[in-house]
Amino acid sequence: MEAQEVKKEEMVPIFIMGKRYEVPSSITIQKAFEYAGYQLIRGCGCRGGICGACGTVYRFPGSYKIEVGLACQTVVQPNMYLTQIPFFPATKSTYDLEKIKPTIESLVKAYPELLRCLQCNTCTKSCPMDIEVMDYMAAAMRGDVARLAELSFDCVMCGLCTARCPAEICQYNIAILGRRLYGKYIALKADHLASMAKEVDKGKYEQMLRGLMDSNEDELKNLYNVREIEPEQADEDWTPKDKTYL
Amino acid sequence: MPYTSELKELIKKVEETRPARVEKKRSGEEFPLLSLKEREERLKKYHPDFKEGSRKEIRVGPNKGYAISPEIVNILEAKSRVNPDLIDLEKVAYETDVLILGGGGAGTAAALTVQENGAKVLIATKLRHGDANTMMAEGGIQAATKGTKDSPYYHYLDVLGGGHFKNVPELVYTLVTEAPKVLEWLENLGCMLTKLPEGQLKSLHGGGTCRKRMHYAADITGAEIMRTLRDEARNRAEDIKVLEFSPAVELIMNEYGHCAGAVLYNLETEEYFIVKAKAVVMATGGSGRLHIQGFMTTNHYGATGDGLIMGYRAGVKLCFLHTVQYHPTGAVFPEQAEGLLITEKFRGAGANVLNIDGQQFVNEREPRDVESACFIRECTEIGKGIPTATGKLGIWLDSPMIDILMGEGAVKREFPGKFILFKRYGIDISKEPMLVYPTLHYQNGGLEYNSRCETSIPGFFSSGEVSGGVHGENRLMGNSLLDVTVFGRIAGISASLYAKEKAKEGKLTLDHVRRYHKELEEAGIITDRVAPMLLPDYSNPNVRERQLTAHYLGTIR
Repeated sequence: MEAQEVKKEEMVPIFIMGKRYEVPSSITIQKAFEYAGYQLIRGCGCRGGICGACGTVYRFPGSYKIEVGLACQTVVQPNMYLTQIPFFPATKSTYDLEKIKPTIESLVKAYPELLRCLQCNTCTKSCPMDIEVMDYMAAAMRGDVARLAELSFDCVMCGLCTARCPAEICQYNIAILGRRLYGKYIALKADHLASMAKEVDKGKYEQMLRGLMDSNEDELKNLYNVREIEPEQADEDWTPKDKTYL
Repeated sequence: MPYTSELKELIKKVEETRPARVEKKRSGEEFPLLSLKEREERLKKYHPDFKEGSRKEIRVGPNKGYAISPEIVNILEAKSRVNPDLIDLEKVAYETDVLILGGGGAGTAAALTVQENGAKVLIATKLRHGDANTMMAEGGIQAATKGTKDSPYYHYLDVLGGGHFKNVPELVYTLVTEAPKVLEWLENLGCMLTKLPEGQLKSLHGGGTCRKRMHYAADITGAEIMRTLRDEARNRAEDIKVLEFSPAVELIMNEYGHCAGAVLYNLETEEYFIVKAKAVVMATGGSGRLHIQGFMTTNHYGATGDGLIMGYRAGVKLCFLHTVQYHPTGAVFPEQAEGLLITEKFRGAGANVLNIDGQQFVNEREPRDVESACFIRECTEIGKGIPTATGKLGIWLDSPMIDILMGEGAVKREFPGKFILFKRYGIDISKEPMLVYPTLHYQNGGLEYNSRCETSIPGFFSSGEVSGGVHGENRLMGNSLLDVTVFGRIAGISASLYAKEKAKEGKLTLDHVRRYHKELEEAGIITDRVAPMLLPDYSNPNVRERQLTAHYLGTIR
């Protein structure tokens, strides 16, 4: 369906793994594969730029530069020589998050190769999400878990950094360890979660919920219509007038 | 591609009305919400579910006579991918306690609780582990967690209002009471939920919520949840095995009528494998890639409704499939972003929706089905949609308002994913509005199950988007991530208990498939369609014409 919707329009030559195809100029690399006749199995996931399945590298004739992109997000350009890197072997350390701390020791114990980083910046240049990969690796080497988590947050784990790293590091797996350590230990706890969970378990809402479950559609509609709506611009301290069901 | 000069000209009208609209928003003045009666009228007149030809009766199986989308009927009225007579059920390739079909949010959450209960798990998934709609959910996850203003009571009422009061009560009860616990669980797993400086979770409104209870992780909530759950599953790789690129194509039963495994298909080597299991969890997700009524979709590549047909052939009833969810805000510009989900969180954060004159025509926080119906009305009957160069129509989503309301940099901070994406197209969404139109988003219904995730077949459990009932006829924003985590965890617990205490070893059989084939034949349905579909076909028809031997299904045969 998506390929069929492409209208008659300007065609451009692209080279998929070295082989020439003419494809409409406005489509993405992913749709260009399909237009050329490929049924994708590997290298295609969400088709929306978030799952990291379709990391792609390309080059133009006469240029030394290696370019990168997600195939589902990058529009074809004339004479691009491209290939997908839908999979690249990665190191994945296993750890028990309950038993480790948000420290440099945890990072290095899980991924000793972290310290091999040369700070060459190839990873940053390889990132289709424009993440400052080298900077988060520097934060990791300093043991600054919060900065590591913050800088790597948009990572889609496509693996292009890992494919190109001369120090053979798997950056994105170090990054997720950092983010999980941050989320669990450094970010302040949301105490309201535990207290609400406790109230639920103690059965505080049991009777009112059973009441709703036993109501007929008209009664429910009435209750729905009169429920008080929190104003959109209300601040965190807003409370409703009716506190019967809190 | 940046906006064309024609569209830039039209954006000026949005800019003209913006200051007054921002003032209104600040003073708390809202575009009036529709009454329940008005909602119903809009739906009946403009929602795609009510369009002529949008429903067709199923002619076979336990729901014979039930009218649903023809695209889904087509996969139900189809043959198995493989002749059961060719499959040797004695040749068991894998044996496990619990087999989970699908490696998305529900399947992975289930795997974690199975493992915690001391049972062995095998996840079989069509693409990579984590390739799922969960990964793509952006806006957030609902839970009543702030006791000073909210409670499961209000969450329950909102869920019902969104679902037209048709939802299955016990499922909703479980959803809303488990919600705070699931958020606590995610926080414990190190999920980076967006917080206030003192640690409380930030929360926003979604369409149809009466309290701000939408929690989130920037604008990639689903991706953050999915990658966290997946990382945790990988940490337990000793007990949780994953088979990627190996979708299930058929359930296997045993002589007692219990579910006892599945037939898997290796997409790359084209082999079929038998998995024997004491319990099976269906978590294959939704069906947006069936492109119901030709709509574009926000769904991931593998969302082809596989679980529906596998469960249905085995005898599980379907429910709530007569409604389909269209997300009001799918991108229509630029063309390469078509169908891409623009999270509801933009509207939760204050962005108005506007017609070609830069005027509001609906409150931006109606439930999704109502909001979509109003967009379609504005573009068709009222004729005030915004035309693109390719002849599509759209509605403005005024994202720059968010920077004005919440302070400069708010769009970039709260929506980093979308900000980067549009920046690449040459559009700064903190300065220019986005052009959107309803897009096929969610399978409201599915396999019938209960709050323990049990189905009518012993040993067969269901969870997540493949199941139906909890959202009634229309799901609210933020309740799908909640659904997959709540019911994924429950499915894992139920399935592992069943595997330990109730499962009965018996001879394996595919007789249910033979019976289904016979029923098709008796109903006079002669077709070469096979299901599950597994992957959509987007190949170029001109190329197809030249692929003369593609039906050989291989290279050297």
